[in-house]
Parts: sequence; structure tokens; C-alpha cells
Amino acid sequence: MPKKDNLELPRIVKILDIVEENPDVKTIFFEDDFEAYPGQFVMVWIPSVDEVPMSVSYLGEKKGITVKNVGKATSSLCKLKPGDKIGIRGPHGTFFEATGDSLLVVAGGIGIAPLAPLMENAHNIGKQITLAFGAKSKSELLFINRLKGCSRELNISTDDGSLGFHGFVSDLVEDILKKQSFDEILCCGPEIMIKKIADLAKLNGIPLQASLERYMKCGVGICDSCAIDGFHVCIDGPVFSGKILSELADFGRFRRDACGRRVEL
Amino acid sequence: MPISDCDKMVDIATTLPGLKLKNPTILAAGILGETGASLENVAKAGAGAVVTKSIGIEPREGHGNPTFVETEHGIINAMGLPNPGIDNYKDEVESIIGTNIPVIGSIFGADAQEFEILAVEMEKFGVSALELNLSCPHAKGYGAILGHDKEKVLEITKVVKGAVKVPVYVKLSPNVSNIAEIACAVEDAEGDGIVAINTISAMAIDIDMALPILSNAIGGLSGPGIKPIGLRCIYEIKAETELPVIGVGGILSGNDAIEYIMAGASAVQIGSGVYYKGIGIFSKVCQQIQEFMDAHSYKTIKEMVGIAQKG
Repeated sequence: MPKKDNLELPRIVKILDIVEENPDVKTIFFEDDFEAYPGQFVMVWIPSVDEVPMSVSYLGEKKGITVKNVGKATSSLCKLKPGDKIGIRGPHGTFFEATGDSLLVVAGGIGIAPLAPLMENAHNIGKQITLAFGAKSKSELLFINRLKGCSRELNISTDDGSLGFHGFVSDLVEDILKKQSFDEILCCGPEIMIKKIADLAKLNGIPLQASLERYMKCGVGICDSCAIDGFHVCIDGPVFSGKILSELADFGRFRRDACGRRVEL
Repeated sequence: MPISDCDKMVDIATTLPGLKLKNPTILAAGILGETGASLENVAKAGAGAVVTKSIGIEPREGHGNPTFVETEHGIINAMGLPNPGIDNYKDEVESIIGTNIPVIGSIFGADAQEFEILAVEMEKFGVSALELNLSCPHAKGYGAILGHDKEKVLEITKVVKGAVKVPVYVKLSPNVSNIAEIACAVEDAEGDGIVAINTISAMAIDIDMALPILSNAIGGLSGPGIKPIGLRCIYEIKAETELPVIGVGGILSGNDAIEYIMAGASAVQIGSGVYYKGIGIFSKVCQQIQEFMDAHSYKTIKEMVGIAQKG
């Protein structure tokens, strides 16, 4: 990894706005002049609490991260108010690249966060986007208006059937792929879901890009915490090609815990 | 091949007790060594040997984040010795044992008894040598707290030496008033070699937040800024002991490695260099060492070891 111009230390930024996307998810907007591509992440320092990797969900002048309240760090983030300060390190990692003309975007829940800016950028340069967006329930969906504006077709699935297709998004995608073909599939969500989508992409001969999540410490490729079969999610990912994913024995099966133990997903 | 070319041929292989290295570059402990596949990548990238992550008795999460921060002249980490525990580490380390390069098992314990258990287990896994972490500056009750006390260093080294057949190297902390004195304790305990230096106790403060950046406040500084200190430590150790030394601290280039060799190191370790230059640093440093030796008519590493020692 070539040495970057910026030192790897947190830049302190002030929170401008906070938008409640649904009961568990908030988007935190802040001003920072970094340039990031869709799919990249920043290390977010919540002073005295933690530092966690978060996808950048808004890439314009006002940057945004979209946070689901799932643990200590994210619940602290969700309690922040405009005017509060956080630290930002990065952006880091690989990103989504829409190379084909017709794209199938597949998101599971909060996995929409890195995909929404990808869709906006791709839409702006004339790509045709079909979205398959799955969530446990209607109340877990987010960004719907934003996504409507940049997709030709917006398909929703809910596990409980509260909106759209009743079932998993992978089943919805299977249906979609029976009727249409795409130049590529771009995907983010729970890894079990990504694995199913990767299998479908392979079966249908469609190139895939998917974003993985792992426990991270350094974020710069040296501590080995986010290792997956010799790759590091922080610098070799988070966005991997379907080809690389198909070579990873742990993909869809195992992750590493904070001690480095290999544990089932 | 013309004779003139033969004359130029240099050999960068180096030998240490129990270790025959095809080149003098070794992956330092703590970097990329938590998983077997990552160690394998470093081996493929051209390292002469690899050191594992420091492994303890029980699985350990280490400190909370932030655990890493960069400063102008180096990086500071306070990982806090995260590791899967010796039993879980078996699968990782066994996947690279018996491949083309030696594997050195790094271990840390709270006392001589823990070190003994870990050493015996690591030896069973098939490592070529052991490295005792008596120098981590940021994990309470482990590492440097033991390594600062020459009696403890003597005791732990002796106990481990009595328990295993593989050579035992001791990694020392620079955060002491007299590092040569600690090295002499290793020699008295019949340790096989010294690895120096571990990181330098350090911190970074965010002036906007008025807080230390690392969750543990204090971490260990590594990278280019510590090279002059590492060199001085090697120089002092070699002046006082006969033990072979592996030099580590801020090596980013072949010239950096040669400085360490001339100070008295028989081989070098690279850790933070992986951050600065990527995994390609091992082959790059080897190539640069070769070029230097070529240009200055050195034929073997041995010829250069300690030649900067005066008197």
C-alpha cells in the first residue's frame, strides 16, 4: 500500500444534521473535504467510546454516514446531536464501479448505505438501474425516495411480507433474473445474503461486486483483524469481485472475532 | 558465466541459532500474523522468516479502538495483545509450518509458568524458534512489565530454555535505562538470541477533543522515527554480549537494514514497514541490500555484522 499524503489520524468534524431514517437508523451529516467513492468507508472515532468502520452514504460536500443502532458504538453515534464532534479517518478501501450499462443493485437492510451513492452516480451518467431491496419488515426500509429517483425499477422484499415481495431478497433476485439479464450485480447486506446472490450471479454468468464487513482495528492492512483467507477487508476490500469471493473459503461461512478466532457467521 | 560476474555475486543468506534464512528480512511480531493465510502471503512476498502474532494462554480481545494512530514520524499502536489463544492458534500456525521459510512463534505470559506452557505448545506445533515477548508496552501485566526487570527476564528465559529444544530469542523493550543489562540477563540464562527493539512507549493527544486518541492512552511507537534508537540499542547490546541479535525498528529500506547489520544485527525484522511500503517491502529490501553489497564489494552478510562497532 503506498503511503498516503494524509496522516492516518482522526480529523475532528462537527455534526451538521441528523436525519432519522427509521426507528433504528440515523444518518449523520458532517462537513469534511475528503473525496470518496461509493463503497469506501471511514473509521469513525466516537471519543471515549470506540472507533468503527462506517460506509460513506453521502459523498457530496456534506458527507454522511448511516448508522444502525446495533451495539455500544452505534448506539453512542445515534445519541449524538448537531454540533457534537466526531473523528474521521480515511476514506479507506476499494469501491463499487459501475462498468456495465444495466445494473442490478441488491441491498439487504442497512447494506443500502454504500449502494445509494453508487446508484445516484450511475444514474447521473445514464446507467439503467434495477434495485432489489430487502428488509426484515417495512419499518426497516430507508432512503426510499432517494432510491426511487435513481432506479428504473424498484423491487422491495420483506421477510414478514409487510411490503412488496414476501420473502428473502435472494428469492426476489432469483425471480428477477429469470425474466431479465444485467451487465453486473452490485450487492451489500448480511453475508449470508451476499453468498446467495454470489451463487445466483455465478449461475447466471453475471459479474458481481459485493461489500463485506469484518471486525476492524487498524483499518490500514497491518493488524490482521479483518483477515479473510489472506485478504484484508480494510485494504483489499470492502468491495470484492465475485471472482475473488469465489476463492475465499471463509466467505459466507466464517468470520473472525475480536480475538482473531474463526467463528461461524 | 564470466569470472568478473562471479566476483560480484553476493550471498544475502544469514544464519542464526536454529535459523537458516535465505535472506535477512523477517516479518516482525504483531503485523499480519494473526492468521495463517496472511503469514503465508508474507512468505510468498519474499521474507526470510515470519514471526507469529504474540500468543497467550487464553483468547484475548485486546484494547478497544482506537488502537492505531499515525504521527509525523511513525505509528502508535495499542492493540493490547489480541490473539485467539494458544489452542486456537494451532490451525493458523500449522498451515505454514513446513513451507519454504522458518516460522518463529511469539508468545507472551504473565509469569514463567505461562511462558513455559506456551513454549512447549508452540514447539509442538513445529515452529523453528521461539520469541519471548518481554517488551509489549501497552498490555497490563504482560510484556514490558516483566522485561524491565532483569531478574524476571533471567527466570523466564531459563524456564523456557529448560522446557524446549528450539532456540529461544527474547524481544527486548527500549523503554529501560540500560538495555544491555537486560540482554546480559538473557545471555546468563543461556537464551539463544536477542530481538531488539519493541515499540517505544508513546502517545498522541487530539487537541480539539483534549483527549488521548488511543483508547488505552498509551501505545507503542514504531516506524522511521525509532530507527536511531533501535540502532543505538543494538550497538549497546553487542558491546556487552556475544549473543546474536535480530534488529528491528523503523526499517523501510535496504540501507536501513544494513545500518542495523553494521550495528551488530545478524538479521532484521520489518513490521511498520508493511504499512509504509506494503507487503512488497521484503523483496525490495533484499534487492537493495544486494545492490549495496555489490557496490561495496561485500560478499556475505556476516562480513558486515557489527563492523560499525568501535574498539
